Amino acid sequence: MQLTNRSKVVSKKEMTFMESLYLPAIASGMMITLKHLFKKPATIKYPEQIRPFSGIYRGQHVLKRDEKGAERCTACGLCAIACPAEAITMTAAERVKGEEHLYREEKYAATYEINMLRCIFCGDCEEACPKEAIFLTDRKVDSLYTRKELVFGKDILVESINNPIDLSKRQTEGVKEFKHHKEFAHNQLFADKAKAIKH
Amino acid sequence: MTLSFFIYKLIIVLIVFVMTLVVAMYSTYGERKIAAFLQDRVGPDRAGPFGILQPLADGVKMFMKEEMIPSVSNKVLFIIGPGISMMTAFLTGVIIPWGKSLNIDGVEYPLQITDLNISILYLFGVLSIGVYGIMIGGWASNNKFSLLGAVRASSQMISYEVAMGLSVIALIMTTGTLSLGEIAAQQEGWHWNVVFQPLGCLIFIICAFAETNRAPFDLPECETELVGGYHTEYSSMKLGFFLFAEYINMFVSSAIISTFYFGGYNMPFIGRFVHDQNTLAILGFVFLFAKIIFGIFFFMWVRWTLPRFRYDQLMNLGWKTLIPLSILNLVLTGLWMMKDELMKMF
Repeated sequence: MQLTNRSKVVSKKEMTFMESLYLPAIASGMMITLKHLFKKPATIKYPEQIRPFSGIYRGQHVLKRDEKGAERCTACGLCAIACPAEAITMTAAERVKGEEHLYREEKYAATYEINMLRCIFCGDCEEACPKEAIFLTDRKVDSLYTRKELVFGKDILVESINNPIDLSKRQTEGVKEFKHHKEFAHNQLFADKAKAIKH
Repeated sequence: MTLSFFIYKLIIVLIVFVMTLVVAMYSTYGERKIAAFLQDRVGPDRAGPFGILQPLADGVKMFMKEEMIPSVSNKVLFIIGPGISMMTAFLTGVIIPWGKSLNIDGVEYPLQITDLNISILYLFGVLSIGVYGIMIGGWASNNKFSLLGAVRASSQMISYEVAMGLSVIALIMTTGTLSLGEIAAQQEGWHWNVVFQPLGCLIFIICAFAETNRAPFDLPECETELVGGYHTEYSSMKLGFFLFAEYINMFVSSAIISTFYFGGYNMPFIGRFVHDQNTLAILGFVFLFAKIIFGIFFFMWVRWTLPRFRYDQLMNLGWKTLIPLSILNLVLTGLWMMKDELMKMF
């Protein structure tokens, strides 16, 4: 199948005298490189210039709080099941009296860890979450020196009350439409996984 | 041998030495910049404005690196190798005429360290010693990659010296002298030797590329095939010496190509505008320097355009193309010089 019209059939014909001198070919090659001498470099000087991210860039995760500042995550574990890289682990705990302002529902995640070395930033956790708790953001995950440091716990993942993470760029019309029917999406996923385990 | 003569010679030696070092240092920077520009990149730009301090940073890095001498190597020769490379690279700078003589208080001060009457022979002698630096360094490392690189380097340099010598013989025939000072002086105005010896000039330039081990003849280094070639086992500033010697060689061979074929310090029509001897001498130095800078740029330009030769192609080009061509050039030059006598014969 021909994909482009740039393909050439290789020929092994004898070179003409002028071709076998090589010098004309060398001269034309040098003119090509000379032209590039005056071209604008394609470099983006990274620390000074940062390339704009897409609004729906999938970077470091955030665990959202609700409008009152309580954590939305109920430690249901759907994100951990949805995760193809098995990067998410958590332990659940029951909310006691007096913690209503901290956790939205009776159950919450006592620990919630994402291993950033395993994570492939696919966004399946975000899709699976029934509580609108986990989102991927346009923040990059820093390079760190040890593997231990790259297992992010709740201290890093949960957004701070005073400084909530803006996700409005991710809420495009398509996303909103998808979210409208989202419960089916993750149910379907869960059902498929359960079926796969049974078989 | 007066004291003032001695001091003047010392000063000019020092100036040429420092100039060679500085130009070679900034050639490393220039090479990286030109490589970057030819590939639509930016190149080093972090050390100082436009990365102008990059050579210093590289030098500091080289000095700070750990010195490794393989335990199985021949230590004396291992240390001598880069020294010879560096020394021969500097020695060739001695005979280059940097300009006409300066006249200060009625005394002539030629801008040349020494005008040997056999400077071309001296040049070839020193070039041949240059092979020893690489050969000794590669052999003393006691490493097969080093040895292979060294053998390739020396056979390449010896092969191309033949064609280079033959092309220079044609030049000697037309100029009738072995002194670089006289060759430069003969090319007054537009009488550049490249006009009379275009083929010889081409052969000489190609051989100069091979002699300096520059792309497309950089088989001795050949990082994709031979790890690092003859300097595989070298580290720290000894490696720096080998790499630096290449840039000095590039500078000196640009100077020699300019002097042999491109008029040296001469520039056409400059005599019409400037008559003062000292101004002319300084301008001559500037012209020669500009030619050398262009020569170095040309070396780099070629390096970042052409791919490397295969070894058999290299040898074929040297022995089967350049040597016959230079002999042809020799014969044609002879016929042209004898044309009046030949006309009479027929």
